[in-house]
Amino acid sequence: MQSMLKGFWAVPLTAKLGLVVVMAYLVVAVFAPVIAPYSETEILGASYELWSDKYPLGTDSLGRDMLSRLIFGARNTIGIALAAVTLAFLVGGATGMLAAILGGWYDTIISRIVDILMAIPSLVFALLILTILGTSIPILILVIAVLDCTRVYRITRAAAMNVVVLEYVEVARLRGEGLWWVIRKEILPNIMAPLLAEFGLRFCFVFLFIAALSFLGLGIQPPTADWGSMVRDNATLINYGDITPLLPAAAIAILTVAVNFVVDWLLHRSSGLRDPI
Amino acid sequence: MFNLLRVVAQRLALGLFTLFIVSLIIASIVELLPGDITQAILGQSATPETVAVFRAELGIDRPVHERYIEWLKGMVTGDMGRSLANRREIAELVGVRLSNTLFLGGFAAAIAVPLSLILGLLAALYRNSIFDRGVNLFTLTSISFPEFFVAYILILFFAVKAGWFPGISNVSTDLPLGDKLFRTLLPAATLTLVVVAHMMRMTRAAIINLLSSDYIEMAYLKGIRPMRVIFHHALPNAWGPIVNVIALNLAYLVVGVVIVEVVFVYPGLGQLLVDSVSKRDVPVVQACSMIFAGVYILLNLLADIVAIVTNPRLLHPR
Repeated sequence: MQSMLKGFWAVPLTAKLGLVVVMAYLVVAVFAPVIAPYSETEILGASYELWSDKYPLGTDSLGRDMLSRLIFGARNTIGIALAAVTLAFLVGGATGMLAAILGGWYDTIISRIVDILMAIPSLVFALLILTILGTSIPILILVIAVLDCTRVYRITRAAAMNVVVLEYVEVARLRGEGLWWVIRKEILPNIMAPLLAEFGLRFCFVFLFIAALSFLGLGIQPPTADWGSMVRDNATLINYGDITPLLPAAAIAILTVAVNFVVDWLLHRSSGLRDPI
Repeated sequence: MFNLLRVVAQRLALGLFTLFIVSLIIASIVELLPGDITQAILGQSATPETVAVFRAELGIDRPVHERYIEWLKGMVTGDMGRSLANRREIAELVGVRLSNTLFLGGFAAAIAVPLSLILGLLAALYRNSIFDRGVNLFTLTSISFPEFFVAYILILFFAVKAGWFPGISNVSTDLPLGDKLFRTLLPAATLTLVVVAHMMRMTRAAIINLLSSDYIEMAYLKGIRPMRVIFHHALPNAWGPIVNVIALNLAYLVVGVVIVEVVFVYPGLGQLLVDSVSKRDVPVVQACSMIFAGVYILLNLLADIVAIVTNPRLLHPR
Protein backbone atom coordinates (compact mmCIF):
# COMPACT_ATOMS: atom_id res chain seq x y z
CA MET A 1 0.00 0.00 0.00
CA GLN A 2 2.77 2.37 1.02
CA SER A 3 4.79 1.65 -2.10
CA MET A 4 1.66 2.20 -4.18
CA LEU A 5 1.18 5.59 -2.58
CA LYS A 6 4.83 6.41 -3.16
CA GLY A 7 4.45 5.33 -6.77
CA PHE A 8 1.47 7.61 -7.15
CA TRP A 9 3.50 10.66 -6.11
CA ALA A 10 6.12 9.88 -8.70
CA VAL A 11 3.52 10.09 -11.49
CA PRO A 12 3.60 13.36 -13.52
CA LEU A 13 1.07 16.00 -12.59
CA THR A 14 -1.20 15.67 -15.65
CA ALA A 15 -1.45 11.89 -15.27
CA LYS A 16 -2.16 12.28 -11.54
CA LEU A 17 -4.96 14.70 -12.36
CA GLY A 18 -6.28 12.28 -14.99
CA LEU A 19 -6.26 9.34 -12.56
CA VAL A 20 -8.11 11.32 -9.91
CA VAL A 21 -10.76 12.44 -12.41
CA VAL A 22 -11.26 8.91 -13.77
CA MET A 23 -11.64 7.58 -10.22
CA ALA A 24 -14.18 10.28 -9.40
CA TYR A 25 -16.24 9.38 -12.48
CA LEU A 26 -16.15 5.70 -11.55
CA VAL A 27 -17.33 6.45 -8.00
CA VAL A 28 -20.19 8.57 -9.34
CA ALA A 29 -21.13 5.88 -11.85
CA VAL A 30 -21.15 3.07 -9.27
CA PHE A 31 -22.94 4.97 -6.51
CA ALA A 32 -25.31 6.93 -8.78
CA PRO A 33 -28.54 5.96 -6.93
CA VAL A 34 -27.01 7.05 -3.59
CA ILE A 35 -25.63 10.36 -4.82
CA ALA A 36 -28.46 11.54 -7.09
CA PRO A 37 -31.17 13.55 -5.31
CA TYR A 38 -33.98 12.27 -7.57
CA SER A 39 -34.61 9.38 -9.95
CA GLU A 40 -33.39 9.57 -13.54
CA THR A 41 -36.81 9.29 -15.21
CA GLU A 42 -39.26 10.89 -12.78
CA ILE A 43 -40.93 14.10 -14.00
CA LEU A 44 -40.73 16.52 -11.09
CA GLY A 45 -41.52 20.05 -12.16
CA ALA A 46 -42.11 22.34 -15.09
CA SER A 47 -39.80 22.06 -18.10
CA TYR A 48 -36.62 24.14 -18.22
CA GLU A 49 -36.74 25.36 -14.63
CA LEU A 50 -33.81 27.54 -13.62
CA TRP A 51 -31.08 26.54 -11.19
CA SER A 52 -32.49 26.56 -7.65
CA ASP A 53 -31.98 24.97 -4.23
CA LYS A 54 -34.53 22.32 -5.06
CA TYR A 55 -33.12 21.47 -8.48
CA PRO A 56 -29.42 22.41 -8.33
CA LEU A 57 -29.03 22.46 -12.13
CA GLY A 58 -32.63 23.11 -13.03
CA THR A 59 -34.88 20.73 -14.96
CA ASP A 60 -34.73 19.47 -18.52
CA SER A 61 -37.16 19.67 -21.45
CA LEU A 62 -39.61 17.29 -19.74
CA GLY A 63 -39.15 18.61 -16.21
CA ARG A 64 -36.75 15.95 -14.95
CA ASP A 65 -33.97 16.90 -12.54
CA MET A 66 -30.86 17.78 -14.56
CA LEU A 67 -28.32 16.93 -11.85
CA SER A 68 -29.80 13.49 -11.22
CA ARG A 69 -29.82 12.72 -14.95
CA LEU A 70 -26.24 13.92 -15.21
CA ILE A 71 -25.24 11.52 -12.42
CA PHE A 72 -27.16 8.55 -13.85
CA GLY A 73 -25.81 9.43 -17.29
CA ALA A 74 -22.29 8.68 -15.99
CA ARG A 75 -23.40 5.15 -15.22
CA ASN A 76 -25.18 4.52 -18.54
CA THR A 77 -22.74 6.18 -20.93
CA ILE A 78 -19.55 4.89 -19.30
CA GLY A 79 -21.06 1.45 -18.74
CA ILE A 80 -22.01 0.96 -22.38
CA ALA A 81 -18.68 2.32 -23.62
CA LEU A 82 -16.78 -0.02 -21.29
CA ALA A 83 -18.86 -3.01 -22.36
CA ALA A 84 -18.27 -2.27 -26.05
CA VAL A 85 -14.51 -1.71 -25.66
CA THR A 86 -14.08 -4.83 -23.53
CA LEU A 87 -15.90 -6.93 -26.08
CA ALA A 88 -13.83 -5.40 -28.88
CA PHE A 89 -10.61 -6.21 -27.00
CA LEU A 90 -11.64 -9.80 -26.31
CA VAL A 91 -12.48 -10.45 -29.96
CA GLY A 92 -9.80 -8.26 -31.58
CA GLY A 93 -7.09 -9.29 -29.12
CA ALA A 94 -7.75 -13.01 -29.48
CA THR A 95 -7.92 -12.96 -33.30
CA GLY A 96 -4.89 -10.66 -33.47
CA MET A 97 -2.70 -12.91 -31.34
CA LEU A 98 -3.87 -16.01 -33.19
CA ALA A 99 -3.02 -14.31 -36.50
CA ALA A 100 0.47 -13.51 -35.22
CA ILE A 101 1.11 -17.07 -33.99
CA LEU A 102 -0.60 -19.11 -36.70
CA GLY A 103 0.21 -16.88 -39.70
CA GLY A 104 -0.50 -18.32 -43.13
CA TRP A 105 -4.02 -18.54 -44.48
CA TYR A 106 -5.71 -17.64 -41.23
CA ASP A 107 -3.71 -14.42 -40.97
CA THR A 108 -4.29 -13.48 -44.62
CA ILE A 109 -8.05 -14.01 -44.55
CA ILE A 110 -8.68 -12.19 -41.29
CA SER A 111 -6.39 -9.31 -42.29
CA ARG A 112 -8.21 -8.83 -45.61
CA ILE A 113 -11.60 -8.82 -43.86
CA VAL A 114 -10.29 -6.23 -41.42
CA ASP A 115 -8.94 -4.12 -44.31
CA ILE A 116 -12.36 -4.07 -45.95
CA LEU A 117 -14.17 -3.24 -42.71
CA MET A 118 -11.75 -0.40 -42.03
CA ALA A 119 -12.27 1.03 -45.51
CA ILE A 120 -15.80 2.10 -44.57
CA PRO A 121 -16.02 5.11 -42.26
CA SER A 122 -17.25 3.71 -38.95
CA LEU A 123 -19.97 6.32 -38.38
CA VAL A 124 -21.48 5.57 -41.79
CA PHE A 125 -21.27 1.82 -41.20
CA ALA A 126 -22.87 2.13 -37.77
CA LEU A 127 -25.69 4.28 -39.15
CA LEU A 128 -26.27 1.74 -41.92
CA ILE A 129 -26.59 -1.18 -39.53
CA LEU A 130 -28.68 0.74 -37.01
CA THR A 131 -31.14 1.59 -39.81
CA ILE A 132 -31.64 -2.08 -40.49
CA LEU A 133 -31.58 -3.51 -36.98
CA GLY A 134 -33.05 -0.58 -35.08
CA THR A 135 -31.55 1.07 -32.02
CA SER A 136 -31.29 -0.91 -28.82
CA ILE A 137 -28.50 -1.11 -26.28
CA PRO A 138 -27.33 -4.69 -27.05
CA ILE A 139 -27.21 -3.93 -30.79
CA LEU A 140 -25.37 -0.67 -30.10
CA ILE A 141 -22.73 -2.49 -28.05
CA LEU A 142 -22.37 -5.23 -30.66
CA VAL A 143 -22.06 -2.86 -33.62
CA ILE A 144 -19.45 -0.70 -31.91
CA ALA A 145 -17.53 -3.75 -30.71
CA VAL A 146 -17.40 -5.19 -34.23
CA LEU A 147 -16.31 -1.87 -35.76
CA ASP A 148 -13.68 -1.32 -33.10
CA CYS A 149 -12.21 -4.79 -32.89
CA THR A 150 -10.65 -4.19 -36.32
CA ARG A 151 -8.35 -1.53 -34.84
CA VAL A 152 -7.61 -3.70 -31.82
CA TYR A 153 -6.81 -6.59 -34.15
CA ARG A 154 -4.24 -4.54 -36.04
CA ILE A 155 -2.49 -3.25 -32.92
CA THR A 156 -2.45 -6.66 -31.21
CA ARG A 157 -1.21 -8.43 -34.32
CA ALA A 158 1.58 -5.90 -34.85
CA ALA A 159 2.66 -6.04 -31.21
CA ALA A 160 2.43 -9.84 -31.01
CA MET A 161 4.38 -10.26 -34.28
CA ASN A 162 7.43 -8.73 -32.61
CA VAL A 163 7.19 -11.11 -29.68
CA VAL A 164 6.38 -14.32 -31.56
CA VAL A 165 9.75 -14.35 -33.33
CA LEU A 166 11.76 -14.15 -30.08
CA GLU A 167 13.75 -17.15 -28.87
CA TYR A 168 11.87 -17.82 -25.65
CA VAL A 169 8.58 -18.17 -27.51
CA GLU A 170 10.23 -20.58 -29.91
CA VAL A 171 11.60 -22.54 -26.96
CA ALA A 172 8.16 -22.72 -25.41
CA ARG A 173 6.66 -24.00 -28.65
CA LEU A 174 9.46 -26.53 -29.13
CA ARG A 175 8.82 -27.67 -25.56
CA GLY A 176 5.37 -28.61 -26.81
CA GLU A 177 3.33 -26.01 -24.95
CA GLY A 178 -0.21 -25.52 -26.25
CA LEU A 179 -1.49 -22.48 -28.12
CA TRP A 180 -3.40 -21.14 -25.14
CA TRP A 181 -0.36 -21.49 -22.88
CA VAL A 182 1.86 -19.60 -25.31
CA ILE A 183 -0.68 -16.80 -25.58
CA ARG A 184 -1.24 -16.50 -21.85
CA LYS A 185 2.28 -16.99 -20.49
CA GLU A 186 4.61 -15.77 -23.23
CA ILE A 187 2.87 -13.25 -25.45
CA LEU A 188 0.21 -11.50 -23.41
CA PRO A 189 2.50 -10.34 -20.57
CA ASN A 190 4.90 -8.84 -23.10
CA ILE A 191 2.34 -6.85 -25.07
CA MET A 192 0.29 -5.77 -22.06
CA ALA A 193 1.69 -2.22 -21.86
CA PRO A 194 0.84 -1.10 -25.41
CA LEU A 195 -2.51 -2.90 -25.19
CA LEU A 196 -3.37 -1.08 -21.98
CA ALA A 197 -2.60 2.28 -23.56
CA GLU A 198 -4.63 1.27 -26.60
CA PHE A 199 -7.50 0.32 -24.31
CA GLY A 200 -7.55 3.87 -22.98
CA LEU A 201 -7.43 5.38 -26.47
CA ARG A 202 -10.14 3.07 -27.78
CA PHE A 203 -12.28 3.86 -24.73
CA CYS A 204 -12.06 7.58 -25.54
CA PHE A 205 -12.93 6.91 -29.15
CA VAL A 206 -15.90 4.66 -28.35
CA PHE A 207 -17.09 7.01 -25.64
CA LEU A 208 -17.12 9.93 -28.09
CA PHE A 209 -18.69 7.70 -30.74
CA ILE A 210 -21.58 6.70 -28.47
CA ALA A 211 -22.04 10.31 -27.42
CA ALA A 212 -22.18 11.31 -31.09
CA LEU A 213 -24.72 8.60 -31.94
CA SER A 214 -26.86 9.51 -28.95
CA PHE A 215 -26.60 13.15 -29.90
CA LEU A 216 -27.92 12.24 -33.33
CA GLY A 217 -30.82 10.47 -31.59
CA LEU A 218 -29.63 7.05 -32.76
CA GLY A 219 -27.76 5.78 -29.70
CA ILE A 220 -29.05 5.24 -26.20
CA GLN A 221 -32.81 5.73 -26.31
CA PRO A 222 -34.97 7.71 -23.89
CA PRO A 223 -35.93 7.70 -21.06
CA THR A 224 -32.48 6.33 -20.11
CA ALA A 225 -30.31 9.28 -19.13
CA ASP A 226 -27.30 9.70 -21.39
CA TRP A 227 -24.98 12.65 -21.92
CA GLY A 228 -25.16 12.81 -25.69
CA SER A 229 -28.94 12.83 -25.90
CA MET A 230 -29.17 15.26 -22.95
CA VAL A 231 -27.26 17.82 -25.00
CA ARG A 232 -29.59 17.25 -27.94
CA ASP A 233 -32.79 17.45 -25.90
CA ASN A 234 -31.88 20.69 -24.18
CA ALA A 235 -29.94 22.38 -26.97
CA THR A 236 -32.58 25.12 -27.42
CA LEU A 237 -31.50 26.64 -24.09
CA ILE A 238 -28.15 27.59 -25.64
CA ASN A 239 -29.95 30.11 -27.83
CA TYR A 240 -30.93 31.94 -24.65
CA GLY A 241 -27.36 31.98 -23.40
CA ASP A 242 -27.97 29.26 -20.80
CA ILE A 243 -25.00 26.92 -20.36
CA THR A 244 -26.91 24.02 -18.73
CA PRO A 245 -27.01 21.87 -21.93
CA LEU A 246 -23.25 22.19 -22.20
CA LEU A 247 -22.72 20.48 -18.83
CA PRO A 248 -23.21 16.89 -20.12
CA ALA A 249 -20.98 17.73 -23.09
CA ALA A 250 -18.38 19.08 -20.67
CA ALA A 251 -18.71 15.89 -18.62
CA ILE A 252 -17.84 13.89 -21.74
CA ALA A 253 -14.95 16.18 -22.63
CA ILE A 254 -13.42 16.16 -19.14
CA LEU A 255 -13.44 12.37 -18.92
CA THR A 256 -11.83 11.95 -22.35
CA VAL A 257 -9.17 14.54 -21.55
CA ALA A 258 -8.45 12.75 -18.25
CA VAL A 259 -8.16 9.34 -19.91
CA ASN A 260 -5.91 10.85 -22.59
CA PHE A 261 -3.60 12.28 -19.92
CA VAL A 262 -3.28 8.86 -18.30
CA VAL A 263 -2.72 7.17 -21.67
CA ASP A 264 -0.02 9.69 -22.59
CA TRP A 265 1.82 8.84 -19.42
CA LEU A 266 1.39 5.07 -19.97
CA LEU A 267 2.75 5.37 -23.51
CA HIS A 268 5.69 7.40 -22.25
CA ARG A 269 6.47 4.86 -19.57
CA SER A 270 6.17 1.82 -21.81
CA SER A 271 8.36 3.40 -24.50
CA GLY A 272 11.04 3.93 -21.85
CA LEU A 273 11.28 7.67 -22.44
CA ARG A 274 12.07 9.94 -19.55
CA ASP A 275 9.42 12.54 -18.98
CA PRO A 276 10.73 16.08 -19.46
CA ILE A 277 8.66 17.41 -16.56
CA MET B 1 9.29 4.92 -63.89
CA PHE B 2 7.62 1.78 -65.21
CA ASN B 3 7.88 0.30 -61.76
CA LEU B 4 6.16 3.35 -60.28
CA LEU B 5 3.29 3.12 -62.75
CA ARG B 6 2.86 -0.55 -61.98
CA VAL B 7 2.67 -0.01 -58.22
CA VAL B 8 0.22 2.88 -58.65
CA ALA B 9 -1.92 0.77 -60.96
CA GLN B 10 -1.86 -2.02 -58.39
CA ARG B 11 -3.07 0.36 -55.70
CA LEU B 12 -5.79 1.70 -57.98
CA ALA B 13 -7.00 -1.81 -58.73
CA LEU B 14 -6.98 -2.63 -55.02
CA GLY B 15 -8.95 0.54 -54.28
CA LEU B 16 -11.54 -0.25 -56.93
CA PHE B 17 -11.82 -3.78 -55.59
CA THR B 18 -12.42 -2.41 -52.08
CA LEU B 19 -15.03 -0.07 -53.47
CA PHE B 20 -16.72 -3.04 -55.15
CA ILE B 21 -16.77 -5.12 -51.94
CA VAL B 22 -18.08 -2.16 -49.96
CA SER B 23 -20.86 -1.63 -52.50
CA LEU B 24 -21.71 -5.34 -52.14
CA ILE B 25 -21.93 -4.96 -48.36
CA ILE B 26 -24.07 -1.83 -48.57
CA ALA B 27 -26.38 -3.31 -51.20
CA SER B 28 -26.79 -6.62 -49.40
CA ILE B 29 -27.47 -5.00 -46.03
CA VAL B 30 -31.15 -5.24 -46.95
CA GLU B 31 -30.78 -9.02 -46.70
CA LEU B 32 -30.14 -8.55 -42.99
CA LEU B 33 -33.62 -7.12 -42.57
CA PRO B 34 -35.55 -9.23 -40.12
CA GLY B 35 -38.72 -10.81 -41.52
CA ASP B 36 -41.09 -8.36 -39.93
CA ILE B 37 -39.17 -5.29 -41.08
CA THR B 38 -42.09 -4.10 -43.15
CA GLN B 39 -44.16 -4.10 -39.97
CA ALA B 40 -41.40 -2.34 -38.06
CA ILE B 41 -41.03 0.39 -40.67
CA LEU B 42 -44.60 0.83 -41.82
CA GLY B 43 -46.16 0.29 -38.40
CA GLN B 44 -48.70 -2.20 -37.16
CA SER B 45 -51.54 -0.58 -39.09
CA ALA B 46 -50.02 -1.26 -42.54
CA THR B 47 -52.46 -2.78 -44.99
CA PRO B 48 -51.42 -5.84 -47.04
CA GLU B 49 -51.31 -3.64 -50.16
CA THR B 50 -48.81 -1.16 -48.70
CA VAL B 51 -46.70 -4.05 -47.44
CA ALA B 52 -46.68 -5.56 -50.94
CA VAL B 53 -45.73 -2.23 -52.52
CA PHE B 54 -43.00 -1.74 -49.96
CA ARG B 55 -41.54 -5.17 -50.60
CA ALA B 56 -41.56 -4.57 -54.35
CA GLU B 57 -39.88 -1.20 -53.76
CA LEU B 58 -37.06 -2.84 -51.81
CA GLY B 59 -37.06 -5.62 -54.38
CA ILE B 60 -37.08 -8.34 -51.74
CA ASP B 61 -39.09 -10.58 -54.05
CA ARG B 62 -36.37 -10.75 -56.75
CA PRO B 63 -33.08 -12.70 -56.83
CA VAL B 64 -30.10 -11.09 -55.09
CA HIS B 65 -27.61 -10.74 -57.95
CA GLU B 66 -30.18 -9.19 -60.29
CA ARG B 67 -31.09 -6.65 -57.65
CA TYR B 68 -27.46 -5.82 -56.95
CA ILE B 69 -26.56 -5.22 -60.59
CA GLU B 70 -29.57 -2.99 -61.04
CA TRP B 71 -28.73 -1.02 -57.89
CA LEU B 72 -25.10 -0.57 -58.93
CA LYS B 73 -26.16 0.56 -62.41
CA GLY B 74 -28.50 3.07 -60.79
CA MET B 75 -25.76 4.39 -58.49
CA VAL B 76 -23.40 4.96 -61.42
CA THR B 77 -25.92 6.52 -63.79
CA GLY B 78 -27.52 8.68 -61.11
CA ASP B 79 -30.87 6.92 -61.08
CA MET B 80 -30.88 5.90 -57.44
CA GLY B 81 -34.54 5.07 -57.07
CA ARG B 82 -37.06 6.78 -54.84
CA SER B 83 -37.12 7.58 -51.16
CA LEU B 84 -39.49 5.43 -49.10
CA ALA B 85 -40.45 8.32 -46.85
CA ASN B 86 -41.57 11.01 -49.32
CA ARG B 87 -41.46 9.22 -52.70
CA ARG B 88 -39.02 11.77 -54.16
CA GLU B 89 -36.17 10.88 -56.50
CA ILE B 90 -33.07 10.20 -54.40
CA ALA B 91 -30.77 11.76 -57.01
CA GLU B 92 -32.75 14.98 -56.66
CA LEU B 93 -32.47 14.89 -52.83
CA VAL B 94 -28.76 14.12 -52.93
CA GLY B 95 -27.57 16.48 -55.67
CA VAL B 96 -27.71 19.88 -53.98
CA ARG B 97 -26.86 18.47 -50.57
CA LEU B 98 -23.71 16.80 -51.83
CA SER B 99 -22.43 20.06 -53.27
CA ASN B 100 -23.29 21.82 -49.98
CA THR B 101 -21.35 19.22 -48.00
CA LEU B 102 -18.37 19.44 -50.35
CA PHE B 103 -18.48 23.24 -50.01
CA LEU B 104 -18.41 23.03 -46.21
CA GLY B 105 -15.66 20.41 -46.23
CA GLY B 106 -13.60 22.38 -48.73
CA PHE B 107 -13.99 25.58 -46.75
CA ALA B 108 -12.89 23.86 -43.54
CA ALA B 109 -9.93 22.25 -45.33
CA ALA B 110 -8.86 25.60 -46.79
CA ILE B 111 -8.51 26.98 -43.26
CA ALA B 112 -7.30 23.84 -41.51
CA VAL B 113 -4.52 22.64 -43.81
CA PRO B 114 -2.28 25.76 -43.88
CA LEU B 115 -2.95 26.46 -40.21
CA SER B 116 -1.98 22.99 -39.02
CA LEU B 117 1.11 22.88 -41.26
CA ILE B 118 2.41 26.15 -39.84
CA LEU B 119 1.59 25.18 -36.24
CA GLY B 120 3.15 21.74 -36.65
CA LEU B 121 6.31 23.15 -38.20
CA LEU B 122 6.69 25.77 -35.46
CA ALA B 123 6.03 23.23 -32.72
CA ALA B 124 8.66 20.90 -34.17
CA LEU B 125 11.19 23.72 -34.51
CA TYR B 126 10.73 25.01 -30.99
CA ARG B 127 10.34 21.58 -29.46
CA ASN B 128 9.75 21.47 -25.67
CA SER B 129 9.38 25.24 -25.51
CA ILE B 130 6.42 26.94 -23.88
CA PHE B 131 4.85 27.36 -27.33
CA ASP B 132 5.20 23.65 -28.12
CA ARG B 133 3.76 22.60 -24.76
CA GLY B 134 0.89 25.04 -25.10
CA VAL B 135 -0.01 23.87 -28.60
CA ASN B 136 0.31 20.25 -27.47
CA LEU B 137 -1.99 20.71 -24.50
CA PHE B 138 -4.49 22.59 -26.67
CA THR B 139 -4.56 19.91 -29.35
CA LEU B 140 -4.77 17.07 -26.82
CA THR B 141 -7.84 18.67 -25.28
CA SER B 142 -9.47 19.53 -28.59
CA ILE B 143 -9.06 15.92 -29.77
CA SER B 144 -10.91 14.85 -26.62
CA PHE B 145 -13.87 17.15 -27.16
CA PRO B 146 -16.98 15.80 -28.82
CA GLU B 147 -17.67 17.74 -32.05
CA PHE B 148 -21.03 18.96 -30.83
CA PHE B 149 -19.42 20.39 -27.69
CA VAL B 150 -17.04 22.53 -29.76
CA ALA B 151 -19.92 23.53 -32.02
CA TYR B 152 -22.19 24.62 -29.18
CA ILE B 153 -19.40 26.52 -27.43
CA LEU B 154 -18.81 28.45 -30.66
CA ILE B 155 -22.54 29.06 -31.02
CA LEU B 156 -22.80 30.22 -27.41
CA PHE B 157 -19.98 32.74 -27.69
CA PHE B 158 -20.08 33.93 -31.28
CA ALA B 159 -23.76 33.60 -32.15
CA VAL B 160 -25.66 34.09 -28.89
CA LYS B 161 -23.40 36.23 -26.67
CA ALA B 162 -21.62 38.31 -29.30
CA GLY B 163 -24.14 37.98 -32.10
CA TRP B 164 -21.50 38.20 -34.82
CA PHE B 165 -22.45 35.10 -36.78
CA PRO B 166 -25.72 33.24 -37.33
CA GLY B 167 -26.11 30.13 -35.16
CA ILE B 168 -27.97 28.34 -37.92
CA SER B 169 -26.38 28.07 -41.35
CA ASN B 170 -29.31 27.71 -43.70
CA VAL B 171 -27.61 28.20 -47.02
CA SER B 172 -29.33 27.88 -50.37
CA THR B 173 -27.93 27.67 -53.86
CA ASP B 174 -28.94 31.18 -54.97
CA LEU B 175 -27.03 32.85 -52.14
CA PRO B 176 -24.01 34.97 -53.23
CA LEU B 177 -20.65 33.44 -52.31
CA GLY B 178 -19.85 36.04 -49.64
CA ASP B 179 -23.07 35.38 -47.77
CA LYS B 180 -22.58 31.68 -48.09
CA LEU B 181 -19.07 31.90 -46.63
CA PHE B 182 -20.33 34.11 -43.81
CA ARG B 183 -23.07 31.67 -42.88
CA THR B 184 -20.85 28.61 -43.03
CA LEU B 185 -18.04 30.20 -41.02
CA LEU B 186 -19.04 28.72 -37.66
CA PRO B 187 -19.49 25.13 -38.89
CA ALA B 188 -16.25 25.41 -40.83
CA ALA B 189 -14.49 26.73 -37.72
CA THR B 190 -15.82 23.78 -35.71
CA LEU B 191 -14.50 21.28 -38.22
CA THR B 192 -11.20 23.13 -38.37
CA LEU B 193 -10.74 22.94 -34.60
CA VAL B 194 -11.42 19.22 -34.67
CA VAL B 195 -9.12 18.39 -37.57
CA VAL B 196 -6.23 20.78 -36.89
CA ALA B 197 -5.32 18.88 -33.74
CA HIS B 198 -4.72 15.62 -35.63
CA MET B 199 -2.96 17.18 -38.58
CA MET B 200 -0.75 19.40 -36.48
CA ARG B 201 0.34 16.56 -34.18
CA MET B 202 1.18 14.33 -37.11
CA THR B 203 3.10 17.07 -38.94
CA ARG B 204 5.07 17.75 -35.79
CA ALA B 205 5.83 14.06 -35.32
CA ALA B 206 6.92 13.66 -38.97
CA ILE B 207 9.30 16.62 -38.79
CA ILE B 208 10.73 15.71 -35.38
CA ASN B 209 11.31 12.20 -36.66
CA LEU B 210 13.33 13.62 -39.56
CA LEU B 211 15.24 16.12 -37.43
CA SER B 212 16.68 13.27 -35.40
CA SER B 213 18.22 11.59 -38.46
CA ASP B 214 21.95 11.66 -39.12
CA TYR B 215 22.03 13.76 -42.26
CA ILE B 216 20.22 16.61 -40.52
CA GLU B 217 22.70 16.50 -37.67
CA MET B 218 25.45 16.56 -40.27
CA ALA B 219 23.87 19.64 -41.86
CA TYR B 220 23.78 21.38 -38.48
CA LEU B 221 27.37 20.41 -37.78
CA LYS B 222 28.43 21.91 -41.09
CA GLY B 223 27.09 25.17 -39.70
CA ILE B 224 24.08 25.65 -41.96
CA ARG B 225 21.47 28.05 -40.64
CA PRO B 226 18.47 26.31 -38.93
CA MET B 227 15.92 27.76 -41.38
CA ARG B 228 17.89 26.43 -44.34
CA VAL B 229 18.17 23.03 -42.71
CA ILE B 230 14.41 22.90 -42.29
CA PHE B 231 13.48 24.09 -45.77
CA HIS B 232 16.23 22.52 -47.86
CA HIS B 233 17.07 19.35 -45.97
CA ALA B 234 14.12 18.29 -43.83
CA LEU B 235 11.04 19.45 -45.71
CA PRO B 236 11.63 17.66 -49.04
CA ASN B 237 11.66 14.36 -47.17
CA ALA B 238 8.70 15.33 -45.00
CA TRP B 239 6.29 16.11 -47.84
CA GLY B 240 5.30 12.46 -48.26
CA PRO B 241 4.11 11.89 -44.70
CA ILE B 242 2.58 15.39 -44.51
CA VAL B 243 0.51 15.04 -47.68
CA ASN B 244 -0.50 11.61 -46.47
CA VAL B 245 -1.71 13.13 -43.20
CA ILE B 246 -3.65 15.80 -45.07
CA ALA B 247 -5.45 13.27 -47.27
CA LEU B 248 -6.30 11.06 -44.29
CA ASN B 249 -7.73 14.03 -42.43
CA LEU B 250 -9.76 15.17 -45.40
CA ALA B 251 -11.24 11.68 -45.35
CA TYR B 252 -12.00 12.17 -41.68
CA LEU B 253 -13.55 15.54 -42.48
CA VAL B 254 -16.01 13.87 -44.84
CA VAL B 255 -17.44 11.90 -41.93
CA GLY B 256 -17.00 14.48 -39.17
CA VAL B 257 -19.21 16.72 -41.24
CA VAL B 258 -22.30 14.66 -40.29
CA ILE B 259 -22.53 15.86 -36.70
CA VAL B 260 -21.60 19.46 -37.46
CA GLU B 261 -24.31 19.61 -40.11
CA VAL B 262 -26.90 18.41 -37.61
CA VAL B 263 -25.86 20.98 -35.00
CA PHE B 264 -25.96 23.90 -37.43
CA VAL B 265 -29.00 22.60 -39.37
CA TYR B 266 -26.81 22.83 -42.49
CA PRO B 267 -28.60 21.33 -45.52
CA GLY B 268 -25.94 18.77 -46.37
CA LEU B 269 -25.66 15.09 -47.09
CA GLY B 270 -24.91 14.19 -43.45
CA GLN B 271 -28.15 15.72 -42.27
CA LEU B 272 -30.03 13.76 -44.94
CA LEU B 273 -28.31 10.56 -43.84
CA VAL B 274 -29.20 11.04 -40.18
CA ASP B 275 -32.80 11.97 -40.98
CA SER B 276 -33.17 8.94 -43.20
CA VAL B 277 -31.71 6.63 -40.56
CA SER B 278 -34.29 7.72 -38.01
CA LYS B 279 -37.04 7.29 -40.60
CA ARG B 280 -35.46 3.96 -41.61
CA ASP B 281 -35.57 5.07 -45.22
CA VAL B 282 -33.34 2.26 -46.49
CA PRO B 283 -32.70 3.32 -50.14
CA VAL B 284 -31.65 6.86 -49.14
CA VAL B 285 -29.38 5.52 -46.40
CA GLN B 286 -27.80 3.15 -48.91
CA ALA B 287 -27.20 5.92 -51.45
CA CYS B 288 -25.74 8.32 -48.84
CA SER B 289 -23.57 5.61 -47.30
CA MET B 290 -22.23 4.66 -50.70
CA ILE B 291 -21.31 8.28 -51.48
CA PHE B 292 -19.64 8.80 -48.10
CA ALA B 293 -17.80 5.48 -48.29
CA GLY B 294 -16.77 6.18 -51.91
CA VAL B 295 -15.27 9.59 -51.12
CA TYR B 296 -13.59 8.17 -48.03
CA ILE B 297 -12.03 5.27 -49.92
CA LEU B 298 -10.89 7.50 -52.80
CA LEU B 299 -9.20 9.95 -50.42
CA ASN B 300 -7.47 7.09 -48.61
CA LEU B 301 -6.36 5.74 -51.97
CA LEU B 302 -5.01 9.16 -52.86
CA ALA B 303 -3.07 9.25 -49.59
CA ASP B 304 -1.62 5.84 -50.39
CA ILE B 305 -0.56 6.82 -53.89
CA VAL B 306 0.96 10.13 -52.79
CA ALA B 307 2.94 8.28 -50.15
CA ILE B 308 4.31 5.91 -52.79
CA VAL B 309 5.12 8.62 -55.33
CA THR B 310 6.95 10.82 -52.84
CA ASN B 311 8.83 8.01 -51.14
CA PRO B 312 10.77 5.85 -53.61
CA ARG B 313 11.63 3.40 -50.84
CA LEU B 314 8.03 2.16 -50.78
CA LEU B 315 8.42 1.08 -54.41
CA HIS B 316 10.51 -1.88 -53.35
CA PRO B 317 8.73 -3.45 -50.42
CA ARG B 318 11.37 -5.73 -48.88
